[in-house]
This record gives sequence, C-alpha cells and structure tokens, in this order.
Amino acid sequence: MTTLILAEHQDNHLDEATAKAVTAARRIGGDVHLLIAGKDCRPAAEAAARIEGVAKVLLADDDGLANRLAEPVAALILSLAGGYDVLAAPATSTAKNIMPRVAALLDVMQISDVIAVGEDGQYQRPIYAGNIIQTVASDDPKQVLTIRASAFPAAGQGGSAPIETVALPDSPRLSSFVGNELSESARPELGGARIIVSGGRALGSAENFDNVLAPLADSLGAAIGASRAAVDAGYVSNDLQVGQTGKIVAPDLYIACGISGAIQHLAGMKDSKIIVAINKDPEAPIFQIADYGLVADLFEAIPELKSEIEAKESA
Amino acid sequence: MKILVAVKMVTDPNVKVRALTDGTGPDLASVKMAMNPFDEIAVEEAVRLKEAGLATEIVAVSIGPAKASDTLRTALAMGADRGILIRADQAVEPLAVAKLLRAVADEEAPDLVLTGKQAIDDDSNQTGQMLAALLGWGQATFASRVKLGDGTLEVTREVDGGLQTIGLSLPAVVTADLRLNEPRYASLPNIMKAKKKPIAEKSPADYGVSLEPRLRVIRVEEPPTRQAGIKVGSAAELVQRLHNEAGVL
Ligand SMILES: Cc1cc2nc3c(=O)[nH]c(=O)nc-3n(C[C@H](O)[C@H](O)[C@H](O)COP(=O)(O)OP(=O)(O)OC[C@H]3O[C@@H](n4cnc5c(N)ncnc54)[C@H](O)[C@@H]3O)c2cc1C
Ligand SMILES: Cc1cc2nc3c(=O)[nH]c(=O)nc-3n(C[C@H](O)[C@H](O)[C@H](O)COP(=O)(O)OP(=O)(O)OC[C@H]3O[C@@H](n4cnc5c(N)ncnc54)[C@H](O)[C@@H]3O)c2cc1C
Repeated sequence: MTTLILAEHQDNHLDEATAKAVTAARRIGGDVHLLIAGKDCRPAAEAAARIEGVAKVLLADDDGLANRLAEPVAALILSLAGGYDVLAAPATSTAKNIMPRVAALLDVMQISDVIAVGEDGQYQRPIYAGNIIQTVASDDPKQVLTIRASAFPAAGQGGSAPIETVALPDSPRLSSFVGNELSESARPELGGARIIVSGGRALGSAENFDNVLAPLADSLGAAIGASRAAVDAGYVSNDLQVGQTGKIVAPDLYIACGISGAIQHLAGMKDSKIIVAINKDPEAPIFQIADYGLVADLFEAIPELKSEIEAKESA
Repeated sequence: MKILVAVKMVTDPNVKVRALTDGTGPDLASVKMAMNPFDEIAVEEAVRLKEAGLATEIVAVSIGPAKASDTLRTALAMGADRGILIRADQAVEPLAVAKLLRAVADEEAPDLVLTGKQAIDDDSNQTGQMLAALLGWGQATFASRVKLGDGTLEVTREVDGGLQTIGLSLPAVVTADLRLNEPRYASLPNIMKAKKKPIAEKSPADYGVSLEPRLRVIRVEEPPTRQAGIKVGSAAELVQRLHNEAGVL
C-alpha cells in the first residue's frame, strides 16, 4: 500500500495542512509520498522532506504548474497514479478543485472530507452540514481522498526523505492564470490558529471589525473569522468565512461575537475545544453549543473582555 | 450561446437532518425539499447572461426521483427554457451524476455548463470538476464573478487565500459559489408560465450510464452532541473561567 499526497504549499513555504494529511495517510498504512507541484517550489519540497513518516518527496517544478491550475496538476497526478493505491490531499480549495478531476479520469469515486480512517479501508466523512457522520468503504481499485485537516494532528518533524524530480506531462492548456487578490494579514491563519475570534452580522460594518473585533483578536494573538452574513455584507473578505461552505476550524478557543449559530456556521466550528458566545439574545442557538455564554451587547462586552485579558497578562 | 445548468433537489437548508436510528441513512421522511442553494445561484447566473443578450437558451437538468421535477419547475420559473429530468430513485454518486451530465452535454452541445459548487446534503463538492474532466473541458470552480467574452470566459474564484481570477475558452464548466449573485424569487406570473415549459423525462439507461455505487455506506450516525455550558455574568468572570477552568488562556 502506497499513498501519494498532493501537498498544500505556497512554493516557498509548506502549509501545516500537509503534515495533518500525512497523519491521516499513516493511519491508512504503508508508505507515504508527498507531491510538490508548482513553480520555484524547492523550498516547499525541502520542508516536506522533513515531515516525519514521509518516505519520498516528488518535486514537479514547472512554469505550467504555477498557481496550481486544476487541469495541469490533475494531468501530473494521473501520470504518477500507476504507482499508488491511494491519492490524497488536504481538503483545501486547491485540492477540492483538482482531486475530483483526477478521480473522474481514473473512473473512481472520490471520498470527500475524510475525518477518520478506520480498519479495513473504511473512512468517515460528515454529511448534512456535519449533522450526520457517514462511514464508507470504496470498491474502486484506487482511492481518491480529500482529508479534513482540522480532524488530524500534524505529523512531527525530523524526517529526511529523498527528493526526486518528476516532469509535467504534455496536456492541453484549458485555463490560464489572470491574477490573484490575496488577503494580507499579520494574524495567524484560520486553519492553524489556536484561538479564533469570529464576528457576525451584528458587527455592522468593516470599521467595527477593525476597531472593535480586531483589537480583541490581537490581544489574544488570535485569527479572525466571520459568519457568511458578515462576508456577504462586505465587512470582511471571503477567505475568513467559517462554516459548512467556508473554512472548517477546530481551535482550542473559538469566540463567536454577534453570531446567531445557524447550522451552516456550526458545521465549521463545532469541533473547537472551547466555544465562547457573546450575544445579546439569550435565546440565540449559539448558546446551545457554547461552553461559556455571555448575554451582552458586544460593543460593550468586547472592549471589556480585551481589557480583562490585558489586565490578566500584565498581572 | 446555450447554457446547461445542473439543479439538484436537496433537503431544505434550514432543516437539521437526523440519522435513522438503525444507522442505514439520513431520516428524510417528511423533510421539506428544495433546490440546492448553490444551484439557485447557478440558475440565476444563467438567466442574467440570457437577459444580457449573451445566452440564447438555458436547459436545466436534474437527476433524481419524480419529485425532482418540482426543482426543475423552480428553475423554469426563474427563467430556464426547458428541463430534463433523469429519473433515479436510488442514491446517485457524483461520478454517476457527472457521467449523466456528460451524456446530456454530448447531446445538447452547450457552450457553458453551470453547476453549484457543492450540494448541501452530501457535501461532496465534486460533480462539476468531474464533469469538466470527463468532457476534457476547462473548469472554474467556486466562482464569485463570471465575465463572458467572445468565446472566452474570465472567472474570479473564492480560494483559501482570497480571490483568484482565471481565463478559459468555451466550452467550459463553472461551479457557483455563494457570492456570485443573489438569486431572484420567481414571480407568480413566471411560476404560471413555467408550468407550460417542457420537461423531458429520461432514464439513466437512455444514456447508457450505470448507477451502481462505488462506495458502500457501512453506517451513518449522529456525532456526539455538545452540551450547552454555563452563562457567565461578566467579561471578568469569563476570563477567569477560561484561565482557571478551561485552561485555554
Ligand atoms: C447554502 C448555504 C450555505 C451557507 N454557508 C454558511 C457558512 O459556511 N458559514 C456561515 O456562517 N453561514 C453560512 N450560511 C448562512 C447561515 O445560514 C446564516 O445565515 C449565517 O450564519 C448568519 O450569520 P450571523 O450569525 O452573523 O447573522 P444573524 O443570524 O443575523 O445573527 C446575528 C446575531 O447577532 C446578535 N446580535 C445583534 N446585535 C448584537 C449586539 N449588539 N451584541 C451582541 N449580539 C448581537 C443577534 O442576537 C443574532 O443572534 C449558509 C447558508 C446557506 C443557505
Ligand atoms: C433519491 C436519492 C436518495 C439518496 N439517498 C442517499 C443516502 O441515503 N445516503 C447517501 O449517502 N447518499 C444518498 N443519495 C446520494 C447523494 O445525494 C449523492 O451522493 C449526490 O447525488 C451527489 O453528491 P453531491 O450532491 O454531494 O455532489 P456535489 O458534487 O456536492 O454536487 C455539486 C453540484 O453538482 C450538481 N448535481 C449533483 N447532483 C445532482 C443531481 N442529482 N442532479 C442534478 N445536478 C446535480 C449540482 O449542480 C450540485 O450543486 C441519494 C440520492 C438520491 C437521488
């Protein structure tokens, strides 16, 4: 049994989601290889080689792989697929774009968003916004998986896997890169943050996210998240949406401020270790899953919370 | 220009679906059904392209039980021209859905196929990508902006880091994300008009596609539920409890 994982990386830097997917793959058993596909991406390959439990790193460095468009990356994985029983990737937007394309061309079903790996090739995945957990087994000759990174701890460091280069096969150019508008932030990234402070519609404006919520996040060294309503209203950018159709997170501490607790939002954060809810409506559904609830106006409670945290830290 | 839109009947997004106690599947008895919200967005985009004079015909396709014709009627009331219902009473996996959609695309020769980015019941997020692969077409998933040119398409996509814009040549597959548009409610006159629009009924066998599942569902169950905790009286108490009790500060 050998698994090939399509690594999540930014060419010069490897994302933690990759080490989490390695943990899932090691639970499947057998050798684990990592594929780094990109342009000028040797630094990511070197980081990948240091992940514990990785037997080999395949490096495909090619102009045609810049920005990891779906069609060329899928063609690359297909050219390597013969040697593998399992093709996997952390369920990032890049992999969700690419892996179903690979599965279809191999004529196999993909198993999306795996949260647990069992014996006998069984996998668990959430359906219906996480209200139901489905256990499935595949009858296909190969398995294509995406792995929910928040469900697995990151594999350790200390490996020294060999790096082997592989070539991008010729394939028709079906799409082209035009541009990126990536969010720049000095705050931790949502997927890896230990603490997340999340804001909903009640924040009311982009200015309030900056002036009310952000200072609390910064006093905690936390990432900022948001509900769909806050993103739709343009208070924050789309990459901050937590939920069924946004990012799935499981930090040690999730502080939901002015978020009602719709099932779609809960689907993205209910596996957090500790959940705090601040809402002025005592009946808000978010309180049904919060470990600590504070019924209050967030415009008063958040600045208070921030000064209490700062007081504790300087004590 | 012709557009094909895939619309799926799913459980109403506001319903919390539970597992059957025998663990064989979701309990869907008496659950209200609706068009997958992402597919409403896909239909809306197609209708806007037609209203802008950029598309000439919109064909909506659904794979599902007889009741899925309601979902097609909704698409027709929003502005699609005709419907195709491929009758399937059993579970249909995304790979089989993609094969059926490919067969329809072979027959209809659309310039653009629009699907939702994911169905909110099974949450697979696969079908559009699989369809693009099977057709050998380019794909633009998680679209938040679509700009149609002359035989070309520029699509802005919602990605983990923000937004990415890519270019494609037609034909292509685009999957709709939440912020592509705000779907309209069908007006009463349009709902009435939709009753007269044609829906062709087909079977998977008409397209030579097998629905034999590749995945075996061993069981389904509900995850452990979180219990509501306590209400605190003040921000000071909250910080104290997070520090002393929960150990996260
Ligand atoms: C297909 C689909 C996909 C979706 N995907 C997602 C998703 O991924 N993520 C997501 O979050 N949502 C998603 N949603 C939307 C979801 O259903 C809710 O509409 C959304 O989460 C609501 O956001 P909210 O809690 O910020 O707003 P609201 O529901 O409007 O809640 C605002 C809350 O703030 C409280 N409040 C108001 N003023 C104050 C104040 N001054 N102080 C304190 N509290 C205050 C109110 O009591 C209320 O509880 C999806 C919906 C659909 C149909
Ligand atoms: C009657 C019936 C009962 C089922 N019962 C179960 C069950 O008990 N357990 C279970 O696990 N699965 C069941 N399924 C199957 C499950 O819903 C499929 O896995 C699903 O059709 C495909 O996955 P997805 O919708 O998550 O795909 P996604 O890839 O998330 O869908 C993306 C997009 O593809 C298009 N699309 C997908 N499906 C269709 C369709 N049928 N028609 C038109 N367009 C479509 C839509 O545009 C959609 O937005 C059942 C299906 C049917 C029809």
